[in-house]
Parts: sequence; C-alpha cells; structure tokens
Amino acid sequence: MATQRKLPSWFKPAVIAALFTPALWTAWQIWQALEGNNDLGVNPIETIIRRTGEITIIVLSLTLAVTPLRQWLSMPALLTVRRALGVATFAYATLHLAAYSAWDQGFDVVEILKDTAKRPFIFVGMASWLLMLPLALTSFNAAIKYLGGKRWQLLHKAVYAVALLGPLHFWWMKAGKQDFARPALYGGILLALLAWRVWKWQQKRLLLVK
Amino acid sequence: MKPWHTPGLTSNDITSESIYLRRRELIAAAGLTGIGLATSSTAQAATLKSIRNAAFVATDKETPFASASTYNNFYEFGTDKADPAKTAKNFVTTPWQLRVEGECLKPRTFDLDDLLKLAPLEERVYRLRCVEGWSMVIPWIGYSLSTLINAVQPKGNAKFVEFLSLADPKQMPGVASRFVGGGLDWPYAEGLRLDEAMHPLTLLTLGMYGQTLPPQNGAPVRLTVPWKYGFKSAKSIVTIRLTANQPATAWNKAIANEYGFFSNVNPTVDHPRWTQATERRLPESSVFAAKRKTLMFNGYDQVASLYTGMDLKRFF
Repeated sequence: MATQRKLPSWFKPAVIAALFTPALWTAWQIWQALEGNNDLGVNPIETIIRRTGEITIIVLSLTLAVTPLRQWLSMPALLTVRRALGVATFAYATLHLAAYSAWDQGFDVVEILKDTAKRPFIFVGMASWLLMLPLALTSFNAAIKYLGGKRWQLLHKAVYAVALLGPLHFWWMKAGKQDFARPALYGGILLALLAWRVWKWQQKRLLLVK
Repeated sequence: MKPWHTPGLTSNDITSESIYLRRRELIAAAGLTGIGLATSSTAQAATLKSIRNAAFVATDKETPFASASTYNNFYEFGTDKADPAKTAKNFVTTPWQLRVEGECLKPRTFDLDDLLKLAPLEERVYRLRCVEGWSMVIPWIGYSLSTLINAVQPKGNAKFVEFLSLADPKQMPGVASRFVGGGLDWPYAEGLRLDEAMHPLTLLTLGMYGQTLPPQNGAPVRLTVPWKYGFKSAKSIVTIRLTANQPATAWNKAIANEYGFFSNVNPTVDHPRWTQATERRLPESSVFAAKRKTLMFNGYDQVASLYTGMDLKRFF
C-alpha cells in the first residue's frame, strides 16, 4: 500500500467555507432582488428551488465519494470532512424544501400534502428528506456514542436509499421535458458510487469465504 | 387610441439601441460582401408600426421585454427556457414563406411582406398562461387570424385548422437531436377548431413590444391564442392548413393524457402532474409574492360561447 498522505491544515476549513458559499451567495441575491436588483433570472423562485435542489445532489455525491476517494488516494484523513458534507447535503435539501413550501405552496400544509400525494416526484423528494432527517439529527459525537458505532452505521446506511431516490426525484421532475442530461449525469455518478460499494462488499464476502 | 409606445419606453429604448448597433454592422457587412447578391438574413429586430386596439388590451402590468425574450419554451431551440434566446440568435427569417392551403378555394403562399400588408397591424396586450404554471403579459402586434383565413376562402367542409412550424435541423438544434429538443415529433404541429381560429381574439402575430418578433418568440410569424395554454400558439409557422378532420398536435401525440387538443386555460382541470389552479405572474410586484389564481379561459370569458354544452373536463 502506498504511504498515507496527510491533508493540509486548511483543507477542512476550506471545504466548510465552500459548502457555505452557494447559500450565502443566494441569500445575497435574494436580498438584492428584494431591493430591486433582481439577478436571479426571469423566475427567481424557480431559480432558487432548482439551484438548492441541484446543490443538494452535488453535495450528496461528494459525501458518498469520500469513502472511495480515501482508498484510491490513500488519504484516510478525508473522513474528517464527511460529516460536514453530509450535514450540508441535509441543509441544502432543507433549503430546497423550504423554498418549495414557502414560495411554491405558500406554506399551505394541506396544499403541500395534496401536492405530495399527487406528484410522484414530489413524493420521492419528500421521502428523501424524511430519510435524511434522522441522519442529520444523529450527526454529533454524543449521538454516535449513545447509539453505538454499529447501530449508528446501520442507521446511516439510509443514505444509500437517498442516493437512489434523489436522482429519481430529479429525473421525474425533468421527465416532462425529456431533458435527462443532468439527471443522468448525477444519477450515473451516484449509481457508480453505490456500485463501487456493492463490488467492495462482494470482494470482502469472497475473502471471508476463502 | 393611444400610440403603442406609451408604456415601457425605457427598456425598449435600451434594446433597440443595441440592435441598432448590430444592424449597422450587418448592413456594413452586407455591403462588403457584395451588392446585388440574393441574400438571406437573420431575424434582426426592426421597428414595426401598429395601432393599439383598445378592445384587446389587458390592464395587467406588462412583462418587461427582457423577460419575455429570455424565458421561452421553443423546443426546436432547446428545452431549457434560457436556451432559445441563445441558440436562435442566427435564425434566418428572410426570406420566409407561409403556405395557406387545404380545404379552401384560393390556397396561396404568402411572403412576409404580403402578411405585413394584408391588414392594418394592431397592437394587443394579451395575458399568456403557460401550461407549466407561469404567466406573462405581452404587447403583441398582428391582426386577427380570421383575416388570413378569409383571404383563402375556406370551403364548407373545413372544420379545423392545422399549424405547422418550421423544422430545420440545420438551424434548430432541438430538431437535429432528440436530446436537445425533448424528442417531440417534428415539425411542431398545432391545431384549432375553425370557429376558434376565426375568433377575433386569435391573433396572427408578426411582432411584439413595437418590434418584429425575436427568433426565440417565434419569428417571423406565429399564432397567439390567449385563452389557451401557451403551447397552442405555434411559432415560426410555415404552413396553415384547413382540414375536415381534427389534426394531430405535437404535445397531444407525445403525452395524450397530459395535453388535450383543446388545452383551454382551466383552473378546475389539473395537469396530471401539477395544479392549474394558480400561476406565477412574471414578474409580480414583489419578487417573492404569492401565486395568483388562474382564471377560466385565462380571463377571456368572451370565448365561453365556443364551448357551450361541452364537458371541458373531458375535452381538456
């Protein structure tokens, strides 16, 4: 095995800063739009909903890329940013859900429930967010200790379901326009990241059998 | 009657100035490449004079030209609403011919100039409601389609009108590739019942905001049917055909249970995948204002008599 490479000390702060950047930039643009300098396109609400959704799926992909990258790059220290990435995935999903609930549905709970029942892609999006909720709520050391490493890991395997439902949500949303380029891109990346895990798991099982 | 340019003069000024500069370049370039050659030219915005028809002016706040010309569904130029303004820039609209044929006594091919001279150009401010749930308010220029249809003298058996858009894979990336154009059947086909086509509201459209149509808005000639979802208003039309039978239409062929032949704006008939009860007006007074309620026939109650006795939930 190659020698393990260390991460520079600025790496984790840089990742966290990068994760905050789109949210802060969007907040600035919203403030500007309210001041009359709209830079969010012709349909600002659509822009924000779509942007937060796309960032969610990108950060989810980065989160799931941590484990394979640790091995390929011989950088086990990458693990130190996985929690930040996971929490950011949930945070952007929450902003996405909040933007939809507030601006698309006017915070009308009945309408949101009706919309969830009516539209499969909304249902899948809601399911993804609900699956992420317990993971986000157990993302601190005390929760890991309380649950025990094994149970915590088992619970957090739910992220694999999210990795399937997230791109499905995006795919279905774009189905009306048959505009599958980006859903296919993210779906492909996430599927590859899942496939890598299945392959590793198979290898491990074969080794155990031997 | 007021002249067309009372509202929105500032934004119009900005646009026309930039186009003015481009036009000079174009004229200069044309001059250098050779006088006397037969030339075709791209859709450059030019001033189009018209008289505002007060009977057809929505009192809603107009959508700025910049919004109406950068947020377009025109799948021939890409499915993203930002695509057409970019990919249709060099769309050639001169020369352009519109063939009007089918069940009529005097089928005829119209040049653009013929169309511009067929009737006095009117400016009408219409609400446009997209099936996706957003709406705009646009000052169009044209005249009632009935003028054109009457010019070819429909026969008694003409019951429908079919509209075919240009489908040129060389100019239209969405026609060349299903991955760009959403995989619709080309040419884009639309249709109306003859009485719908003859209704005075139905506008044969040659311009907007005091200018000729930009490519992304359907240059050089399109349809505007304000009480129907926007996709019924075919763009860049090359053929209008009077028919005895109901023509097949592009979106109905693609997804029949989602897009009916009539596609009248109707808040009580939801799209299978989303509500049609509300819409987002672009722009609203505040960027984050609530959606507004969608009106039956997009507020154009005068067309209700066309559908007397019809079950509009069944014939959606």
